[in-house]
Amino acid sequence: MGLPDGAWAFVTNPENMTKDDIKQVVLDIIADIAPDEDLTTVKPEVRLRDQLSLDSMDFLDIVMELRKKHGIEVPEADYVQLASLDSCANYLLPKFEAKGK
Amino acid sequence: MARGPIGKGKRGAGFDFMTDGHLIEGRQMSSKPRIVITGLGLTAPNGNSLGEFRANLLAGKARIAVIDVRHMGKHPAGVCDFDATKWQKRKEIRIGTRVGSISIFCSREALGNSGLDWEKVDKSRVGVYLGITEHGNVETENEIHNISQFGNDTKYWTHHHNPRTVANNPAGEVTMNMGITGPHYTIGAACAAGNAGLIQAAQMLQLGEVDIAFAGGVSESIHTFGIFAGFKNQGALGAHEDPTKASRPFDKNRNGIVISEGGAIYVLERLDDALARGARIIAEIAGWCINSDATDAVLPNPERQSECVRMALKRAGMKPQDIQIVSTHATATALGDIQECTALRNVFTDCPDTKINNTKSFIGHCMGAAGALELAGNLPSFEDNWVHPTINIDELDPECAMPGLVINQPVKVARVDAILNNSFGMLGINSALIVKKYGVA
Repeated sequence: MGLPDGAWAFVTNPENMTKDDIKQVVLDIIADIAPDEDLTTVKPEVRLRDQLSLDSMDFLDIVMELRKKHGIEVPEADYVQLASLDSCANYLLPKFEAKGK
Repeated sequence: MARGPIGKGKRGAGFDFMTDGHLIEGRQMSSKPRIVITGLGLTAPNGNSLGEFRANLLAGKARIAVIDVRHMGKHPAGVCDFDATKWQKRKEIRIGTRVGSISIFCSREALGNSGLDWEKVDKSRVGVYLGITEHGNVETENEIHNISQFGNDTKYWTHHHNPRTVANNPAGEVTMNMGITGPHYTIGAACAAGNAGLIQAAQMLQLGEVDIAFAGGVSESIHTFGIFAGFKNQGALGAHEDPTKASRPFDKNRNGIVISEGGAIYVLERLDDALARGARIIAEIAGWCINSDATDAVLPNPERQSECVRMALKRAGMKPQDIQIVSTHATATALGDIQECTALRNVFTDCPDTKINNTKSFIGHCMGAAGALELAGNLPSFEDNWVHPTINIDELDPECAMPGLVINQPVKVARVDAILNNSFGMLGINSALIVKKYGVA
């Protein structure tokens, strides 16, 4: 299935993404879905729900934005992998790398 | 001003009544509790407070923008510019709907205007009753457009769709924002919805279901192209090179409706409760009627409209001569305006002191909010005795000529004791609401 023009425009080289890049991708999504939150002090090793006001619908938003903006699918069984920024980076890195191949 | 809590222990204070509405004991001797307006919040295309709105109505200032409607290009529309972040977090705004934000803004402003001590109010005894013309079209159209960018794959359809499109959404968003745990729902009543919301609230207060009601009408309809397309293909979408002149009820060259968004929400209470807390009483609900044409989906029936007005007068214990202002529904369609004028001529014969005006000429047709906003703009007449006009009449349609029609300039009158607010809608729903100055017999 084709994605709209520009949907992946800013992910020019997904195979070269680092874990820090992926953390920033997730933070950028959170900035959109939780605009009242201060993201400057987010600890990457701590569960996002323990330091930000995020609920299950917000995590579904993260899943949706990964799908729409980056073509990344996160199956429901893997939602737990999105618990923290570190776990997001570990889980998503191979998916971004696969996109570049 | 002394303000006491309205809460536990006050339920049904001063009256008990049987199922037929007649008192069996209590202080009041009338058959039903009297209902009063003690607060008001609004957003209109030309004002975000009653003061601003009223000043523009008296000054003849319309405010209609030109917006880009999806699939349809540029059209005149009434756009509100209230600050949603005044009462909502940005996340609430993102998750919710436009009409939810309108409803929250109006309700919060109404609360502030009412002087209620919100911390002390029993939130389980508060109800929210909001009239809507339609709901869900905006979000549904947005999502259809959204997935069209992804090959119509429904896995891109937002999980927020259902809470955004359930018909109680606007009222439900108010309850979540304000912590109200009493009943909430919307009243779908086409363009009679603003009146219908107020009537529903008055009835629930009379039944003792709630002690305080937030009620009125709201609309986000400018964000759905379907409404524009529907009216355009019906030959009923207003247009003019100057958007502020596009909405011109009763003018010979009127050519249709200008669609607008907006909201007006009132705080209603039983008179006894309002007096007990020392509330400022803005007006009293005197009478109402909702009936049905049962004839045509879009063409109004003046005979039924006349019956509706007459029944409202009867229930208010009034004669036509007791009404100083008739706030018309007229939307600037070719036939609809004439039908309403016919209905009014049938009722208001020999009424030299009855003035007739229209608010849509300033702000377009605010759909579910129309009736509630149009009433609001006239309420200050109880205090200042000015009657705002209907504007944009360059050449009065002879078929819309009525004694008392206030054309283009406001008029000062000796006194205003009662206002009749007409609001009619598709499928032949008619509503007439009469409010009177508090303290007038």
